[in-house]
Amino acid sequence: MDLHFGDCKPTDEEREAVDALLGPPASAWEGGAERGEADLRWAVGGRAARERRDLLLPALHAVNDRTGWISEGALDYVCRRLTVPPAEAYGVATFYAMFAVRPRPATVVHVCTDLACAVNGSAGLRAGIEERLGAAGMAAGGVTWQPSPCLGLCERAPAALVLRAGEPAPAPGTEGPSDGRGALRRRASAVVAPATAEGVASAAGAPEAAPSEPSAAMAVPQAGQDGLILLRRVGVADPASLDDYRAHGGYSALRRAFALGPAGVIREVTDAGLAGRGGAAFPTGRKWQATAAQPDHPHYLVCNADESEPGTFKDRVVMEGDPYALIEAMTIAGYATGAHRGYLYIRGEYPSAVARLEHAIGRARSRGFLGDDVLGQGYAFDIELRRGAGAYICGEETALFNSIEGYRGEPRSKPPFPVEKGLFGKPTAANNVETLVNVGPILTMGAEAYAAIGTESSTGPKLFCVSGRVARPGVYELPFGATLGELLDLAGRPESLRAVLLGGAAGGFVGPDELDIPLTFEGTRAAGTTLGSGVVLVIDDTVELPRILLRIAEFFRDESCGQCVPCRIGTVRQEEALHRLLDRGGAGAAADVALLREIGQAMKDASICGLGQAAWSAVESAIDRLGVYGTPVYGTPQQGSEAGQGPRGDT
Amino acid sequence: MTAVPLQPPRRLIEFSLDGQDTRVPEGSTILEACRAAGKDIPTLCEGDTLTPKNACRVCVVEVEGARTLAPACSRRAEPGMAVRTDTGRARHSRKTVLELLASATDLSTTPRAAEWIKEYGAEPGRFGTDAARLNEEPKVDNDLYVRDYDKCIQCYKCVDACGDQWQNTFAISVAGRGFDARISTEHDAPLTGSACVYCGNCIEVCPTGALSFKSEFDMREAGTWDESAQTETTTVCAYCGVGCNVTLHVQENEIVKVTSPHDNPVTHGNLCIKGRFGFQHVSQR
Ligand SMILES: Cc1cc2nc3c(=O)[nH]c(=O)nc-3n(C[C@H](O)[C@H](O)[C@H](O)COP(=O)(O)O)c2cc1C
Ligand code: SF4
Ligand code: SF4
Ligand code: SF4
Ligand code: FES
Ligand code: FES
Repeated sequence: MDLHFGDCKPTDEEREAVDALLGPPASAWEGGAERGEADLRWAVGGRAARERRDLLLPALHAVNDRTGWISEGALDYVCRRLTVPPAEAYGVATFYAMFAVRPRPATVVHVCTDLACAVNGSAGLRAGIEERLGAAGMAAGGVTWQPSPCLGLCERAPAALVLRAGEPAPAPGTEGPSDGRGALRRRASAVVAPATAEGVASAAGAPEAAPSEPSAAMAVPQAGQDGLILLRRVGVADPASLDDYRAHGGYSALRRAFALGPAGVIREVTDAGLAGRGGAAFPTGRKWQATAAQPDHPHYLVCNADESEPGTFKDRVVMEGDPYALIEAMTIAGYATGAHRGYLYIRGEYPSAVARLEHAIGRARSRGFLGDDVLGQGYAFDIELRRGAGAYICGEETALFNSIEGYRGEPRSKPPFPVEKGLFGKPTAANNVETLVNVGPILTMGAEAYAAIGTESSTGPKLFCVSGRVARPGVYELPFGATLGELLDLAGRPESLRAVLLGGAAGGFVGPDELDIPLTFEGTRAAGTTLGSGVVLVIDDTVELPRILLRIAEFFRDESCGQCVPCRIGTVRQEEALHRLLDRGGAGAAADVALLREIGQAMKDASICGLGQAAWSAVESAIDRLGVYGTPVYGTPQQGSEAGQGPRGDT
Repeated sequence: MTAVPLQPPRRLIEFSLDGQDTRVPEGSTILEACRAAGKDIPTLCEGDTLTPKNACRVCVVEVEGARTLAPACSRRAEPGMAVRTDTGRARHSRKTVLELLASATDLSTTPRAAEWIKEYGAEPGRFGTDAARLNEEPKVDNDLYVRDYDKCIQCYKCVDACGDQWQNTFAISVAGRGFDARISTEHDAPLTGSACVYCGNCIEVCPTGALSFKSEFDMREAGTWDESAQTETTTVCAYCGVGCNVTLHVQENEIVKVTSPHDNPVTHGNLCIKGRFGFQHVSQR
């Protein structure tokens, strides 16, 4: 590569932010300020120069975290340090919603406009914020605000997130810099939910002083109840304490794993019938077996904690409430699949989960639960945490690999599947957070006892994210097989139930007469709908359904990576048609519904990934099952129109 | 006796193409099999010198048992696979993709677009008059070539040709996301401030005319561009010892643009700035 750099220089602050991550530059060729004698004989090229590309996303974060945006000089400096062509880095920086390449204030307020928040008054909240902070995107008093897709705080909707760029906070117990720079702006974040306009405005002014978030247990109405399996430690054990985790049964599963050996672990997971909880319900045992069997090395493990599906927040609650459970499960998964490195990819909008897991990983490492010799068993495993930067599509596993590798988060076409060529082109097992935290109980209770929970084809416990118009929103754990009605009874159903959205924006609506649908993979499939990621968004007759549909369409238009035509342009045409439908009815409506069906069919058939393939499923279900726009309600829902998030069979 | 270099032997695999038993060398794409069988599948992002991004989705075919359609240009034929190229589902997606593209971009200089639109009965107008379009102004920032992204279908070919598939210059990339994604230099700088070395290999691969010679762009603006009046002469570039083949496109005794044959073993269609753009001296200018 013959890289060409402009002559923009980074500011001292930008340079410092990047150097804090990458260390000082080794040479002027790498962007060092002074050209020394050694630079005359300095060369680094080929593989060595390119193989740090995966630090691009962390480096862009470093700059954005410090100054609030990514200037030309800073981007150039990052590119020099990592041997990345500036045009490509620009393509990456502009891919993510949390980065800006134009100057903006240090404080950015993200105000959720998505489904649960829309149902719970985000429109009024936005109006109030506009009064106090000006129009969206305006810079006033060092603050700007912008509408945001689901922040994963749906149980406390409406929600807002305040992010302020600045110097990193000093490590606990150490003094701040004494050179008079203590007064500098410090990096801070605040979650405001449920949000009021005053609450958001005051948190925007002083995020470090905002009231702290309620503990994760507050999102679990069943917290502390007997019989919970996945949520048993949430609200019971101290999420900051490794010892408390161990006192509550932690790390006994890993010991059992070492006793069983990798093949034994895979056998247990297979016999337990564990199916992926990330949306596609792929059998986890088969995925692990296929990865473990690959002759190519190294193998990687990826934990998908991107969780950006509107209405989903279970992974956040698990990570905040029981972080060591995920670390232990990743270690077991790594051991079973023959990986020595696990990547934990958490969405950038989850500052508390990131902090919790950073802390827990550090603790586990210092106590020998991660590292060169885990538990003295001669197995080396470590976890690298990566932060997303605002892109729903990065939850798609191959897009996630690209994102980690420092490329645009565009899905790759399959085949080849990740088990064969995944992260860095190597065999990779990618699993959802909830899938992984099932592995501990499987090993401690044994495959047979685990498989006895739930139904024959959907085994084990399942987490459901209940939000919208219910009395007690939150994460519920139920054995597979409970009906939708039973779940709604737990959460407190509204008086005039209008519809339930199952599986999130990529899922589908069911009507109030369908509450006996069993919450299993096979039961929802038989009913022509999907469980997806476990979203149960409840809507009553105070909610204008066409507006919700429009928001869903807007979401997909915003979040399409733009790679393939059916999705890039199809989602725009879908949104336009839904806009027209909002404004008019009658004959025009029928024509637009027909148009939607045609575009939807092509999106479903010809898109590269599950985003485009599912972008029309919720709207389709609202037309067919709820009769929105006065279209005929079909007697039997279309069979086989499974609107799973991920492509079926995506090992 | 001349030695004929032998390719490593390739096994043949057997699969069914529109009901016909078909044998192709292992590793062949469905598209290659279709072409060998004389079937004409529309393609846009596929190119003979590049690994396709399979982003346009205009070549989709139905693979029996699969939940979604498959891009013929990229999906490899597998033993026992049953492929149908002309089903209602496949044709519907191709038609819709053509409609979507034509409604958002200017396909007037895309070879064969009009023919396919007719063949598939696509009606780009049916999305209404206020359907969002790219609406880009042509970028004329240097004397050699023009970027008219209103015509860009984002096939990624130019990015691949500029990047690791051919030129290794990496001057352009896709920036932004979704409908707002555009081919761009870093910080959207003009080409003259970018890493571009003006090899013009991106123009060579662009399937829509979004990238064109300044000479062609000017003549089109003036209404004097007339392909039917042009002759093409392939000769050897006289600048350096590499010996690239150049094809001179001549209209009224003036060279109007230069391409390079893709099947030429020296260039595979690639040239450098001199061979591609250094033709004015021939006309003594
Ligand atoms: C557009 C899109 C978004 C996705 N988002 C997520 C996500 O946020 N979290 C997740 O675990 N899986 C997500 N998936 C599914 C993953 O691609 C993949 O199937 C899953 O992580 C595999 O893990 P599992 O087998 O444990 O379910 C998404 C898929 C698509 C198509
Ligand atoms: S379907 Fe949408 S998100 Fe997926 S690859 Fe295509 S454009 Fe990107
Ligand atoms: S400019 Fe041409 S080659 Fe490049 S992406 Fe657009 S259409 Fe493809
Ligand atoms: S095109 Fe460039 S490299 Fe090829 S022969 Fe001409 S001057 Fe040499
Ligand atoms: S946080 Fe607003 S919808 Fe999820
Ligand atoms: S030609 Fe096959 S997807 Fe574009």
